[in-house]
Amino acid sequence: MADQAQFSDLAMEFMPALYTAALRMTRNPADAEDLVQETYLKAYRAFGSFEAGTNLKAWLYRILTNTYINTYRAKKRRPEIADVEDVEDLYLYHHLAGDPSAGLGRSAEDEALDRFTDTDVKAAIESLPDTFRIAVLLADVEGFSYKEIAEITDVPIGTVMSRIHRGRKALQKALVDVGRSRGLVGASDEAR
Amino acid sequence: MGTDGDGVAGPGTGVPEAPAGFVSCDETIERLYFYLDGELTEQRRIEIARHLDLCGPCVGAYGFEQEVRRMLANRCQDRVPDALRERVARALREESTSTAD
Repeated sequence: MADQAQFSDLAMEFMPALYTAALRMTRNPADAEDLVQETYLKAYRAFGSFEAGTNLKAWLYRILTNTYINTYRAKKRRPEIADVEDVEDLYLYHHLAGDPSAGLGRSAEDEALDRFTDTDVKAAIESLPDTFRIAVLLADVEGFSYKEIAEITDVPIGTVMSRIHRGRKALQKALVDVGRSRGLVGASDEAR
Repeated sequence: MGTDGDGVAGPGTGVPEAPAGFVSCDETIERLYFYLDGELTEQRRIEIARHLDLCGPCVGAYGFEQEVRRMLANRCQDRVPDALRERVARALREESTSTAD
């Protein structure tokens, strides 16, 4: 049982993380701000049911994610498909490795990664379908464990693993596509 | 690329001969994300770590995926607008006075 009076002291520090996630989910600042405010209001009202000492950040993300899905996603009901059948393991790595004759120095790929801007990375994430985008956000941007993501998104851990796996592949493909359009990845540079 | 980490352990790959209990490159790449995520059992984790100690191509892929992870976290930070902080603080204040009555 948690005390509402403590809510602000405990919960406000998570706003940057929640706002970033909200932006990636809604894809626009106005909706992201509304989503964050709604999340804080709901969390405040429900704070009595939060078990003190458990993971407050995960609890807030759960409210954020549910609010997003129920409020914003309902607008556009589309089947969620991440078509990654043709995306092999290490897709991005193989594409950024570039000219094989130049040798496979580790720094070559790392340097190629450095050329991606914030805008590139955000655009690639935002291009993913909702469920995969949320899974990747929670795992790779926020660093939640599979178990925490299962609790936040209310699905079995096996489903979480599958979504993260497919989401990461789709993201790597999106990064290669973004990289191509910006000339960071050679257009004719097929993997292997 | 001949030694791109996809190959089965054997001549010409990073691990010349796979001793008993030694996992292959295929297995390592397959479990690479679970390893990065810290979601393997202790025994599996040790197996992958041992493979990475000895296999150049796999450790290259591992290092790269670590960099990707870092990039995703670092390039996705957004500054919270002051107006939003104020808005939320105000909404919570209003909520607390309305429920206090």
